[in-house]
Amino acid sequence: MGFFWWGIFPYIVGTILVVASVYRFVFRGKSWHAPSTEIFEKKWLSIGSRLFHWGIVFAFIGHVMGVLIPISFYEALGISDHLYHVGAIAGGGLAGLMVVVGLIVLLIRKVSNPRLSVHASFADYFTIIWLLVVAGLGTYMTLVYNTTVVAYEYRVTIGPWFRSLFTLQPDVELMLAVPLLFQLHVISSFILFAAIPFTQLIHMFSFPGRYPARAPQQYRARDGYKNN
Amino acid sequence: MRIKAQVAMVMHLDKCIGCHTCSVTCKNTWTNRPGMEYVWYNNVETRPGPGYPKEWENTDRYKGGWTLRNGQLHLRAGGPISKLANIFYNPNMATIDDFYEPWTYDYQHLQNAPKKESLPVARPISMITGKYIDKPEWGSNWDDDLAGGSEIVPLDPNVQKLQEHIALEYEKTFMMYLPRICEHCLNPSCVASCPSGALYKRDEDGIVLVDQEACRGWRFCMNGCPYHKVYYNWNTHKAEKCNFCYPRTEAGLPTVCSETCVGRIRYIGVVLYDADRVKEAASVEDPKDLYEAQLSVFLDPNDPEVIEKAREAGINESWITSAQESPIYKMAMKWKIALPLHPEYRTLPMVWYVPPLSPIMNHITNEQDLSMDGYIPAVDDMRIPMEYLASLLTADDTTVIRRVLLKMAAMRVHMRAKTVGGMDEMKTSKLLKEADTTVEELEDMARLLGVAKYNERFVIPTGRREMDNNLHYKQGACSIEDLAPAEGMVTYPYERSDLG
Repeated sequence: MGFFWWGIFPYIVGTILVVASVYRFVFRGKSWHAPSTEIFEKKWLSIGSRLFHWGIVFAFIGHVMGVLIPISFYEALGISDHLYHVGAIAGGGLAGLMVVVGLIVLLIRKVSNPRLSVHASFADYFTIIWLLVVAGLGTYMTLVYNTTVVAYEYRVTIGPWFRSLFTLQPDVELMLAVPLLFQLHVISSFILFAAIPFTQLIHMFSFPGRYPARAPQQYRARDGYKNN
Repeated sequence: MRIKAQVAMVMHLDKCIGCHTCSVTCKNTWTNRPGMEYVWYNNVETRPGPGYPKEWENTDRYKGGWTLRNGQLHLRAGGPISKLANIFYNPNMATIDDFYEPWTYDYQHLQNAPKKESLPVARPISMITGKYIDKPEWGSNWDDDLAGGSEIVPLDPNVQKLQEHIALEYEKTFMMYLPRICEHCLNPSCVASCPSGALYKRDEDGIVLVDQEACRGWRFCMNGCPYHKVYYNWNTHKAEKCNFCYPRTEAGLPTVCSETCVGRIRYIGVVLYDADRVKEAASVEDPKDLYEAQLSVFLDPNDPEVIEKAREAGINESWITSAQESPIYKMAMKWKIALPLHPEYRTLPMVWYVPPLSPIMNHITNEQDLSMDGYIPAVDDMRIPMEYLASLLTADDTTVIRRVLLKMAAMRVHMRAKTVGGMDEMKTSKLLKEADTTVEELEDMARLLGVAKYNERFVIPTGRREMDNNLHYKQGACSIEDLAPAEGMVTYPYERSDLG
């Protein structure tokens, strides 16, 4: 069972994520958007959306620091384990709380405002609720488990395992001894990743980073216009 | 010099009767589908009034258009960096209530209601939630013909600006109609506001379109356009806007709004302009200079040098000929009687308005022997305050409005003298000098404004079919054929057939 979850499942998710995203981009291009409901409701969105999105940006940076960057990097910099965990618990906890509170605001907003609820699809609810599950587990781990049980050193288990996925040599052994709470967080996250191409989450791939560099005015000419 | 061609429109407000035919035919053509019920690419506003959406001219609130800081043009709502920082929530965007909650009526009930003592009524149903609305409270022309009066009129930002007290007593009120479509600006702030680069100006005719494949629904165009003419389709979650009926103009036909205009107030034609001078023209210091600066970017289509350069730029003979016969060039650039709407937004709008004459406030006592020169002071005393027109059309410069009104009055007086007599010679009149015009020009104006037929009002070269075998679809942009019925229509609150 462990081999499935830590050796096969991530690749199933990765395949779904890539294939379905490419399919949607190519064949369902007009459905690729950030489906904003700001036109219907603005006040609660300003709180919920900003809390959630900025929270998730910070949380993403935190995950890069904790999972992608090897522990040896911190050791080389001379950052002690204790210092790292204090920083991770404080920063990660804050980001997690922002995400969770933002999601709760967004969920209540969606359910209670008829202008939003009549248009909300299963995918919309699934996205918010599943994000809440993932973020709730993560925040609980960071703020409660880490401070009451043990400051769990995921940088020597989950981190190397996650990086080993990219070498196509998944180090399944590393994950078997990880606490159940952390295992659930990882699995639920992977389910979320698989859902990306089928939900509004797809808009995360469209961050318009090139905007500041492009010319303000855009002209489009037909092919061959100048040659005629 | 970088010559480009632009299709443009003039609306002669003197002839607008406010019938909304343009709005209705446009609606039926383009926005009669889920997610777009609240959208009117073309709408007709009664001014003074808040317009559609409410107070769209309130740039402090919506932050549309450009502003000049240290001689540099900046988007009023903030540049790319600040937009990316605000991408999770657009603080300046209008909501549906600033437009209105679209509704239909429960017509089925008229047929299905059980037998009762009282007659069944068709209750209004929201086209957003599918639920009954007890009382619709606003619509795109709710304030038509000053309805709402003294409660509604002060919402007009132009009225708020006027120094003098605008009397709303019955005998002193004024009103005019202002039909509005997308301005297809030379310096469009919606294009510059789009993080995805989905909005663009077509190189060959300057029509501003939204690429539906590229739009991601970030919504900065909605309030980035100071005219509020880019709309959010809540069903497809993408922006849509007036496309100048390009499938029609490419076939040489006028837009639907123009074709169906009852008062024949609309004119369409091609103008040539120098794209290299646009930025400079939009960046002049004093907003009152913007009108003249905008005029300076257009090129004389009869100038041999311009014609040669246009050919080099790939503009073909039929487009050059059309530019030479363009009613827009005559009215806006040659006679200077058509003015841009709110030039102070610095977008160089390309829908031009001939300001309306209005009744003279004070009685002219000696009407029988009124001389032509008597009309000079009369222009200053018309019912629509010159300051109001200036606030709409010339960035508060009343001298331009006065000159146009004098010209329009001179045209009327001259044509009246010519056809029914009883006036002194126009040639000797001070009115001619004051209006800075000639008898020949007045007669040309009278012809184009009064009697011009279809082919003179609409001088539209056909699309460049030689450039593209698949003219409509090559750019994948703006065709609504696969949006209507739209993807995501499952979210529509009820079946279309329920609407009866």
